[in-house]
Amino acid sequence: MFVKKRVAVVGAGITKFMRRAQETGKELVFEAVRQALDSSNMRIEDIESVALGSAPDAFDGVHMKGEYLLDGAGAWRKPYSRNFVGGGTGVFSPIHGWFHVASGLFDTCMVVAEEKMSTCLPHPQTAFLTIFDNMIERPLGPNLIWIFALEMQRYMQTHKIPKEQIAQVAVKNKRNALDHPSAQIAKKVTLQDVLDSEVLAWPVQRLDISPVSDGACAIILASEDVARKITDSPVWIDGVGWNLDTTYWTNRDLYFPRYVANAANMAYRMAGISNPRKQVDFAEPYDPFDYKELHHMEGLRLCRKGEAPKLTAEGVTERDGNMPICPSGGLLGVGNPIAAAGLMKVCELFWQLRGEAGKRQIPGDPRTAVAQAWGDLMQIGTVVVMRN
Amino acid sequence: MGGPNANWNRSRDEKLGEKSLSKLEPSGVPLKEDDIEKQKVLTVTYHPNTKYAWATGVAVGEFLKGLKAGVITGSKCDECGRIVVPPRLFCEWCFRRTENWVKLPDTGSVNTFSVSYITADTTRVKEPLIPAVIEIDGTSGAGFLHFIGGVKPDQLKIGMRVKASWVDASKRQGSITDIKHFAPSER
Repeated sequence: MFVKKRVAVVGAGITKFMRRAQETGKELVFEAVRQALDSSNMRIEDIESVALGSAPDAFDGVHMKGEYLLDGAGAWRKPYSRNFVGGGTGVFSPIHGWFHVASGLFDTCMVVAEEKMSTCLPHPQTAFLTIFDNMIERPLGPNLIWIFALEMQRYMQTHKIPKEQIAQVAVKNKRNALDHPSAQIAKKVTLQDVLDSEVLAWPVQRLDISPVSDGACAIILASEDVARKITDSPVWIDGVGWNLDTTYWTNRDLYFPRYVANAANMAYRMAGISNPRKQVDFAEPYDPFDYKELHHMEGLRLCRKGEAPKLTAEGVTERDGNMPICPSGGLLGVGNPIAAAGLMKVCELFWQLRGEAGKRQIPGDPRTAVAQAWGDLMQIGTVVVMRN
Repeated sequence: MGGPNANWNRSRDEKLGEKSLSKLEPSGVPLKEDDIEKQKVLTVTYHPNTKYAWATGVAVGEFLKGLKAGVITGSKCDECGRIVVPPRLFCEWCFRRTENWVKLPDTGSVNTFSVSYITADTTRVKEPLIPAVIEIDGTSGAGFLHFIGGVKPDQLKIGMRVKASWVDASKRQGSITDIKHFAPSER
């Protein structure tokens, strides 16, 4: 395929992830964007376009959320637009920005992702009700956790996976997050803690789930020639992919995320990756629930179907393992301000591939990594492949 | 291209201003739930009051009409032959009109289920709800979301045979809730 300009990430910024932030969404976005500029020694005048991602307006009770966030996003009098593909938004945002630069239309693009979920009372879960079919699902009073429980059950049943093997993901990610300065729920928990936590919708328990969060992230994209003027260590976006399955989620076998595999295959093809298990050094798959990390490792072809729990048990996915997974601490440890959580994963790839991840740094000079997000009615996969 | 004020011609020295996250503190002021309840911080509250009257659409309208009569309605695509429920006006695979409604039996099998102790707004309940995807007999592996009833949670199994338990005919409204739940059945 033809890409006019190779695209690099040259800067990144992030706020704390918090259950309730005093800051408004606009203020959070400003903090992340300001930090991304400062980290790369750039000025807002250096930014030619802005791509922003944020999930449902219903969390905020603010329509035109893209426009509402504009000033904080550094988009004043700039070509600016907002994207939204549910939970997949955070990793779609860099793809949205990538269009701007890869096409040759702009030399730089600020990519911003924000979520402020705490505004919605008593719980943002109530806002999720409106994603279900208004005729034949909403009258049943569905809960988002239900459909994940249904998917998790199908996945466990198909591969005969015991709950213990899934719970170990929560233990690992919450522990990894202890080293992340933005982390909201980093903690040392035991496997037994997870298995003893409150049953919400079996097989989903309290500690299987990421929290409700407020937070924002930003990265700066630049075309190759400009990137080399900004930094000596650009990190390249060498593959992008996205794919959506049908909204009729009850007509699909949920045991395998085919749409994630389709998105990954698109990104791998672009990046010249034929054997991801060998050619990808570490990954940040989307982990709003512990089983999702495993489900997505399989969708990303980092292992065979049903094999992810075993690899996790063997320690392969630890930071010092052969295929580190969610070295950031993921959504389960750092937190889940939806769109910002996805972009946090892309930030992690950037810092890891520059050797700037501090205590979280993966040993062995990683070269190639993949980040992925997922969402809507369990139907979208968004994937980026990055290299140093 | 390049913005009117863009200036890329920096000296190498200027690049060295880069700071990594390990040196940067993430911003943000976390609040506690308590801070808001005790009004230690100022908030503004708003209750939206909006009403919607959704069109059922052609296909789901047919489905709901069927439920009122105690029948589960699917649709068949004449191109790929796939029979699906809920029915649709068009086949998203072949992308052609499928105004071919099919009467389906009110039996099926459990594709997947959950035992839920929370409701839509995360209120805790003692008696669990059992949401499930029921794969309806006579379809190409298609189903819809409903509840399982008349069964103890520890007896639930994927693949279990179930049959619709209907609301009395006189009380049906043309709604998904005209089916009370699906209950275990012998084939």
